[in-house]
Amino acid sequence: MNKNSWILYIGILVFGLVAPFIFPAFKVQLSILCVLIVLATTWNIQGGEMGYNSFGNILFYGLGMYLCASVQVGMFFPLAEWTESGGEKTFVHTPSQFFQGMAAGLVVAAVVPTIVAGLIGYSILGLRGHYFAICTLGLGVAAGEISGGIEIIGAGQGFTTPPFPNIGGLEARGEFFYFLSFGALVLTFIAVRAIYTTRFRLILNAIRDNEDKAEAMGIETMKYKISGWMISAFFCGLAGGIMGGLVGYIDSTDVAFDGREMGVFMVLMAILGGKGTLWGPIIGATLFHFFKEGFWTFFLGWQYVALGVLIVVIVIYFPEGLMGWLREKYPERFGEVVDEADRKAQVELK
Amino acid sequence: MDFLVFQYPMITIQACLDGLLLGILFALIAYGMALQWGVMNIINIAQGDLVILGGYIAYFMYLYGIHPAWGVIVSPIIMYFVGIAIYKLVINKVVDRDLFISILATFGISILFMQLMNFAFGADVVLANSGYGTTMLFDNNVVLPNSKIFSAFISIVFAICLVVYMKRSKLGRAIRATAQNARAAKILGVDTEKVYAATFGINAALCGVAGALISITFTIHPYMGLPYTIRSFMIVIVAGLGNLPGVAMSGMGLGIFEEFADYILGTEFRIGSVFLLLVLILVYRRFKLSRKREYLK
Repeated sequence: MNKNSWILYIGILVFGLVAPFIFPAFKVQLSILCVLIVLATTWNIQGGEMGYNSFGNILFYGLGMYLCASVQVGMFFPLAEWTESGGEKTFVHTPSQFFQGMAAGLVVAAVVPTIVAGLIGYSILGLRGHYFAICTLGLGVAAGEISGGIEIIGAGQGFTTPPFPNIGGLEARGEFFYFLSFGALVLTFIAVRAIYTTRFRLILNAIRDNEDKAEAMGIETMKYKISGWMISAFFCGLAGGIMGGLVGYIDSTDVAFDGREMGVFMVLMAILGGKGTLWGPIIGATLFHFFKEGFWTFFLGWQYVALGVLIVVIVIYFPEGLMGWLREKYPERFGEVVDEADRKAQVELK
Repeated sequence: MDFLVFQYPMITIQACLDGLLLGILFALIAYGMALQWGVMNIINIAQGDLVILGGYIAYFMYLYGIHPAWGVIVSPIIMYFVGIAIYKLVINKVVDRDLFISILATFGISILFMQLMNFAFGADVVLANSGYGTTMLFDNNVVLPNSKIFSAFISIVFAICLVVYMKRSKLGRAIRATAQNARAAKILGVDTEKVYAATFGINAALCGVAGALISITFTIHPYMGLPYTIRSFMIVIVAGLGNLPGVAMSGMGLGIFEEFADYILGTEFRIGSVFLLLVLILVYRRFKLSRKREYLK
């Protein structure tokens, strides 16, 4: 790591820490942006690096969301009565109960999806290519449909997460969730960056490029595939837990297991920025969030139409993403050695 | 959990017959899926949305006082051109590429269609009333709506027509040749671009027929598309590409499975059980193949 990148990281960190005070009106938006970046970056671990394009990471996200809220409520009050009472609150968390519950909830929200990913990983990751994609799509939708039928977590009417305790009002709530999601983002970035400098990343890339050959070279691919998926699941669950508290209301198919929105968004953000790079998903998520908020503001009602068109355009015209395009244009910047004569010869050939 | 279904044989018969009639419809949609998958090597997530769009055409005829059964004729004609338009705009750019690209691109089309239909037709669950009445069997213990029998009959007629067309006509031969080897077909003078467009159009037309029948027998709603896609995908992977009797059999099997899941688990888990079945089938196939150190291709 050289001096320039240190300056960049510290600059981003400082910006992240002061951002809610510079743009107080956008605190919720910035928190959502942090969550989106976490989702895109962790999707990229097995989507971009490992080549297993999953539509099912939404499963871990929704699981984390429900688990965090359930733990937060269930630690202090009976869960069934809470969901039954719906919007009318019969129980109120004290501030210390709220924060303790949130902390415990986030731990559970991160750990349980990781275990689930480990358990189902062996079966699901044996599928390849489009079978894997459709299978995980099915998993995500099935999870949404089934959780929509379970009474204790609110079934069809939804689950209201504990409201923020009455200290400091809306400002404090926004800051709390901003710093929580920013913390998750920093944690994710450090973890992913550390992973990407190890042999683990090279093995994932080998699996992406040719799984059979990787296996023939003596790599136990299944072990690494499951580990990769578990890392994704860990951060997806964490992001889901935070998002549940931020939104304040969990619905099975519209908020938690929202394959039509979040499930596609994370794929799209990673592709927009460039799969298989560290910075691609981050840039992609940021750009996408601006696009999305623009759509949601200016084309209200037409946002899904715009979204559908955006997906088609990105997939058809920018399948390599922004980073892929830059790499093609300026290969030297990405540390590729380019022979000048060779490059000229290629240009002439065209 | 409700095990009443096993205690009363009449309910079992009812569920089986309902499932069979429903399954024939699924098989028709799956046939279109198999056709485009085999010929163009794309997986169309928007398949179910094409079905729903076809259903809305029949529903609109019903609203304007025309009997919705005529939708079976009108809807495929309109849907054929819709299919050609989708092909020209999007699909022809993803035909030769990675399957994941086609999945994602058609996912985009699916979202687009869902929302456009939501604008155009509203978010209500609708059905076109055919007024066909019902048939009673076994001392009035089993009730079959005539519209279901009608829809199964029409599905079979269309499927047979299509099979004959694929076997006998020039275009059918060109489609089959392209499916076998696109490169060789091109060398021998088949305009593969045209064949692809026609294939996608025929697929959309089949979806149109199925949609019109669904709007008569069941209900349609703009967001109900994805389960139809998943069902047809499932039927195709169970039966294999180009195995028409297999498609019909597994379609009917799926229909019966769904009816029983509906009775035993409850209606709220019906769609969930379909998606879970897909996961289970894929995982089963994966373990079966991995014994021979192979994987699903």
